[in-house]
Amino acid sequence: MPRLTVDGISIEVPQGATVLQACELAGKEIPRFCYHERLSIAGNCRMCLVEVKPGPPKPQASCALPAAEGQEVRTYSAMVKAAREGVMEFLLINHPLDCPICDQGGECDLQDQSIAYGRGKTRYHEHKRAVTEKYMGPLIKTAMTRCIHCTRCVRFSEEVAGVDEIGALYRGETMQITTYLERAAKHELSANVIDLCPVGALTSRPYAFEARPWELKKTLGIDVSDAMGANIRIDSRGREVLRILPRINDDVNEEWLSDKARYQVDGLTARRLDRPFVRRDGKLVAASWDEAFAAIAALNPGAWIAAIAGDLVDCETMFAAKKLANALGSTLLEGRQTGLAYDATNLAAVNFNTTFAGIETADCILIIGSNLRTEAPLLNVRLRKAVKAGAKVFIVGPEWETTYKAKFLGDDAALLGDLPGKAGKAMTAAARPAIIVGGGGLAKGALAPALALAATWGVVRTLADGGAWNGFNVVHMAASRMGGLMLGYAQAGGIADVVAAKPKLVLALGADEVEYAKFADSTVVYIGHHGDKGAHGADVILPAAAYTEKPGTYVSTEGRVQFADKAVFAPGDAREDWTIIRALADALKVKVGFDNFAGLRAAMVAEVPALGVEGLVDYGALSAAPSGAAASGRIAYPIQDFYLTNPIARASATMQRCSAELLHGVDFAEAAE
Amino acid sequence: MADRHLAPDTPELRARWGMFAWTKPNAKMARAIIARYPPGRQRSAVMPLLDLAQRQVGADTNTQGWLPIPVMEFVARELDMPAIRVVEVASFYTMYNLVPVGRFHVQVCGTTPCMLRGSDDIMAACKARGMAKGGVSADGLWTLTEVECMGNCASAPMVQINDDNYEDLTPERLDAVLDALAKGKTPKPGTQQPGRHTIEPIGAPTNLAAMVSANYDYRGEW
Repeated sequence: MPRLTVDGISIEVPQGATVLQACELAGKEIPRFCYHERLSIAGNCRMCLVEVKPGPPKPQASCALPAAEGQEVRTYSAMVKAAREGVMEFLLINHPLDCPICDQGGECDLQDQSIAYGRGKTRYHEHKRAVTEKYMGPLIKTAMTRCIHCTRCVRFSEEVAGVDEIGALYRGETMQITTYLERAAKHELSANVIDLCPVGALTSRPYAFEARPWELKKTLGIDVSDAMGANIRIDSRGREVLRILPRINDDVNEEWLSDKARYQVDGLTARRLDRPFVRRDGKLVAASWDEAFAAIAALNPGAWIAAIAGDLVDCETMFAAKKLANALGSTLLEGRQTGLAYDATNLAAVNFNTTFAGIETADCILIIGSNLRTEAPLLNVRLRKAVKAGAKVFIVGPEWETTYKAKFLGDDAALLGDLPGKAGKAMTAAARPAIIVGGGGLAKGALAPALALAATWGVVRTLADGGAWNGFNVVHMAASRMGGLMLGYAQAGGIADVVAAKPKLVLALGADEVEYAKFADSTVVYIGHHGDKGAHGADVILPAAAYTEKPGTYVSTEGRVQFADKAVFAPGDAREDWTIIRALADALKVKVGFDNFAGLRAAMVAEVPALGVEGLVDYGALSAAPSGAAASGRIAYPIQDFYLTNPIARASATMQRCSAELLHGVDFAEAAE
Repeated sequence: MADRHLAPDTPELRARWGMFAWTKPNAKMARAIIARYPPGRQRSAVMPLLDLAQRQVGADTNTQGWLPIPVMEFVARELDMPAIRVVEVASFYTMYNLVPVGRFHVQVCGTTPCMLRGSDDIMAACKARGMAKGGVSADGLWTLTEVECMGNCASAPMVQINDDNYEDLTPERLDAVLDALAKGKTPKPGTQQPGRHTIEPIGAPTNLAAMVSANYDYRGEW
């Protein structure tokens, strides 16, 4: 624990800290471009120069200098000021003066730091360097003349994403950052380099020339494109969401976001349901709210009502629908649209118990039927960290391109009863063993054998240091899943039970993955926001709000309760989901017990107290495995097309192009500019 | 240097070099090179392997050799490393040719000492023979490049042609060297000054003359 002084402030810093970190701990701002907390240290921008004694009588790059006992650091001496001005002048020599037409303007590190630390004027009158544009795919727009060679993007793709595709070619002044042979960046976290880029060299292609950052209203939200519950900031102007950026949350998404979560936003304005529809003579025709409600009330379903929750809905919507069904005398609730029917009586057994941050410390991991790159890309990043720290990974399931060293054991779920000796030995010997069961595994009944393996290996244990370790994990893909399970959206036999019950009325809460042909005898009321599969199969459509258009509670696959705010209003006649259900209750002449959102939330928290507290839910102890359970069959991954997994993404032109270009190899010629 | 660029990745290039593999002696050599590095650090062999590959391409095409993209990808596969990392290395060092070169790669040093000793004339002599910077001459023999200091300042001006240096040049001496090369002969590398062996002083020493015959303490004269 070295103790040093920074500008006269004496502080103690952790062993291994750098001078830059010490300065930050002392509350001093150190300008930087190449240094980033989550990437390796490069030390090539030289912006973080400080004066350090003892040491050579010259400024030192603080990002790469270890803090040592008795150092005297000055961050604002005359030497440091001159050094920063000099570095800034060099950086600006080849940087174009095109801020007015640059999308980074207003949120540009170079702009901000040249104001704060640079000279007022230029002394450079020669020609500036120009660099040809590089194609980096449908999401990343490049203006490589602006690049200052900080290599953050190179380090991100190599270290965090684990896909070596960006590199620095040539040398010196002619150095150029490019993807290999200028092919599109092809991994699911590629757009994070846009956030990392301190200048306007890499900017967002779909968001190009849309808005300036100071025009945008910033709302805190939760991502629903997968079950990670990534923390996002929704930037909107007027009634339109223009972009989504990650928020820093070290327990959830660190500061990354998957491309789908970031770029499905343009789907929020396409294919929207903005007025009620009623099916007449086999055709959906536009109707008023009164007509739609009258059509539903005429059914007089009584207790013959079922509710099916979609993948994107919030807990409030599910709770409201549950209250409505209960008021009518029904408990037919289900959220696992594709027919999964795993046992959900013990929620600890279907939760990601290790937590996302905790899985980084696992030393042996068995993945059962999950392609994490498509199902939970941010979790995949954590696993890569674990492997870098020395963890072994074994995977049961068809092979996929991992971003770390992993051993595929085979794709037959029956393997769980007869694991190869090596995998079994490694898991037995591990101090922090972890099992991850994915959707592909759940479909083949892998949950029970996985629980049996968990008991065999003792993945729930007390660690040598006295801490608790729960290595049993299930990774879901639907943002609504854990919340739905907590609210009772699970029938013993899955959705087949709902089909067998032959309800007169099916409330489809944004449910777009259900096979509606099976509900041919029921009247399907679709409460959702996009004209997707659910709307096609519906008899009555009640237009509702998407995740950016309503406040809501979401529970991530690690059982983390998080609250999202409302960024914009839903378009046209669309309403927030809970108001629709409240009005429907009036039409059906029942009481649901709430009249406003606060009342709804209070009722929900009264019933499920855990939903009222932000943070991890305690689901209690892991259940024992049912005896004699065995899985069988070839595992298949549920996600075929990463970019088109939900109705919003399917409506998004950006996601459609990503799917066509990156997954199906369609060639998009670059328009000449 | 500023005009360095990768050869375009065309189907023809793939067809020509896609099947690139070591010749038998080179395969043995490559194994020996990789074995120099500790286990897990095989990537360190990327530079010698790129050189070996460039020489093999040279032998194939009867030129000094260059590195087509498929050949760099081959090296990447040999070392189990991403292709972009190999291209980064190859594009960084000017000794790796990124585009085809001629039978003889004439690298004229134009840095200050050589320039003072007449490298402009050397360059002009090269151009007079039909060489153009960066390209291959019509007869396929010559590629001309201007380079920075090669460390032969004591015998400036100099050119490097493939693996050999030719120093103390005048346009006439350069012509003699190039003529000999064109005829398939091997001119003597090193200094072209008659009577000079390496970079010893021409004539009698002018500096530290008293040190020639015996040790002499100059410190009193400082």
